[in-house]
Amino acid sequence: MGELRLMKGNEALAEAAIRAGMDAYFGYPITPQSEILEYLTREAQKRTQCTILQAESEIASINMVYGAAGAGKRVMTTSSSPGISLMQEGLSYIAGAELPCLLVNINRGGPGLGTIQPSQGDYFQSVKGGGHGDYRLIVLAPATVQEMADFVEVGWDLADKYRNPVLILSDGALGQMMEKVELREQRDRNAREIPSWSTIGKTADRKRNIITSLFIQSEEMEQVNLRLQEKYKLIEKNETRVQESNTEDADFIIVAYGLSARIGRKVMEMLREEGMKVGLIRPITLWPYPYEAISKAAEQVKGFLSLELNAGQMVEDVRLGVNGRCPVGHYGRMGGIIPSPEEVVAVVKDMYSKTNH
Amino acid sequence: MQEIEHHYDEMDIVCERPATLVDKRMHYCPGCGHGVAHRILMEAVGELGIQEQTIGVAPVGCSVFAYHYMDVDMQEAAHGRATAVATGIKRCWPDKYVFTYQGDGDLAAIGTGETVHTVNRGENILIVFINNAIYGMTGGQMAPTTLITQKTSTTPYGREVEVMGNPLKITELLAQLPGAFYVTRQAVNTPVNVRRAKKALLNGLKYQALKKGTSVVEIVSNCPTNWGLRPVEANKWLEENMLPYYPLGDMKVPSKEEIENA
Repeated sequence: MGELRLMKGNEALAEAAIRAGMDAYFGYPITPQSEILEYLTREAQKRTQCTILQAESEIASINMVYGAAGAGKRVMTTSSSPGISLMQEGLSYIAGAELPCLLVNINRGGPGLGTIQPSQGDYFQSVKGGGHGDYRLIVLAPATVQEMADFVEVGWDLADKYRNPVLILSDGALGQMMEKVELREQRDRNAREIPSWSTIGKTADRKRNIITSLFIQSEEMEQVNLRLQEKYKLIEKNETRVQESNTEDADFIIVAYGLSARIGRKVMEMLREEGMKVGLIRPITLWPYPYEAISKAAEQVKGFLSLELNAGQMVEDVRLGVNGRCPVGHYGRMGGIIPSPEEVVAVVKDMYSKTNH
Repeated sequence: MQEIEHHYDEMDIVCERPATLVDKRMHYCPGCGHGVAHRILMEAVGELGIQEQTIGVAPVGCSVFAYHYMDVDMQEAAHGRATAVATGIKRCWPDKYVFTYQGDGDLAAIGTGETVHTVNRGENILIVFINNAIYGMTGGQMAPTTLITQKTSTTPYGREVEVMGNPLKITELLAQLPGAFYVTRQAVNTPVNVRRAKKALLNGLKYQALKKGTSVVEIVSNCPTNWGLRPVEANKWLEENMLPYYPLGDMKVPSKEEIENA
């Protein structure tokens, strides 16, 4: 058993990054995630001699990540919604150049400068490609402080396995709340092998390594795209993660991720106590999305509710999974408002009565 | 096109492609300064014997394909972000030699923020800044360094100060920053200037070992195609128009003590 600590989500994530053998971190302050940069500048360098640098902007941060990842290092940046928007060009380059790295979005309310309160308004940006071109991020959605910590190493391992950027999509509440977290032992930074494609100086026994996303001949660019799509298919096949609760006998399903899944779980429990057969599907990877779990449930249930802290984004993926077989509703609050279980119970009851009678 | 093959005895060779430059025909226009700048930079890498420890960063602009020609490990950066990419590499590998190769639009327009902050942090890298007062790759638009009254495809009546401000002397600006260790402006329009520019690149590369700050080598160059001039005329125009506004010479040089005590 690892070390037990009571920690904020942001700090648990930062601590987990140190322990997972992070080589470099580049970031810029933005609420509600500045604790990550603060924690790392305080703790990381003195413990593992890694690189921690406060950049002049999120644009610089993501491009420093590009450089460090291209030079074979285990690297991360973190930000919140407006900062993540600024990083989209760089992310597209990283995906195009197939560089492994970890990105964290502590989602706050938008659009624009918005609010510093929690939101899930960046779902589309995260899973449908916020930057230009046909690329995918692997998107992990933690729902607890424990998962904020655990998904760091999971994310980096996936990034290394597929040479693909990985995004942890969290939110301001998970970043700020304190919970018990079990931390794993310190990984040895030097134990990780530097990939052979890294630009760390061309030795006499090999050709030069080039990190680029530029393939100006159409035929070559199409081949690169086809290869990327093959990789994405493989990721869809191997890495889709989902948690199902009470779905076996359910006739109604709540679909929710991250913070919303915590509310969804409470709603499910309250309704179960009243005798309603409600189940919960919690996507853990938002891309690849667990369409299969949704599709399978659609064969037996009478309706779905997508519960999100936004105007209805993931609901489109739920509908793709359901494919018209039963009604799919959405309930969400915006602007940093977190719905109470009671108001969601009322929504489900209303939908439940309409779909069952 | 007729290919002409020349046959020389080995003893006749007085100049050849440096081993650090790839044997590949460059895509640059006839008379363009990039070919010369590439060559002297790679000659410098070869002469210092640091090819195995060198990582280059290419920009967006005409030299976007620099990695086709320079035989060192290289990364292609997003437009303007070369020095941020170089920072990421150098911070992780502080004993390697890292350079960026950037044009005026990349370094002094879209990438001004990264450029200033990289030098201000004193990143131990070499920034090679090619200033030809125009955007080459996109077809001859105004650059931040375009001269007053200079005609480009987006200043068809000549650059006006009232509309577009003055040409940006970013190298002078960078020389003011404490993080800058070595700042100089050179040119590649004449053989003697090429030799001086190469000396500056040698300095900029080897100073990295001292870990005392950023080296910036501006190279005033030409763009015959988008200036609408023949190569010889272009170099004459450079001398008569660019050099008065962008005078050649050192702006910041380390003292003997700084080099010896490092």
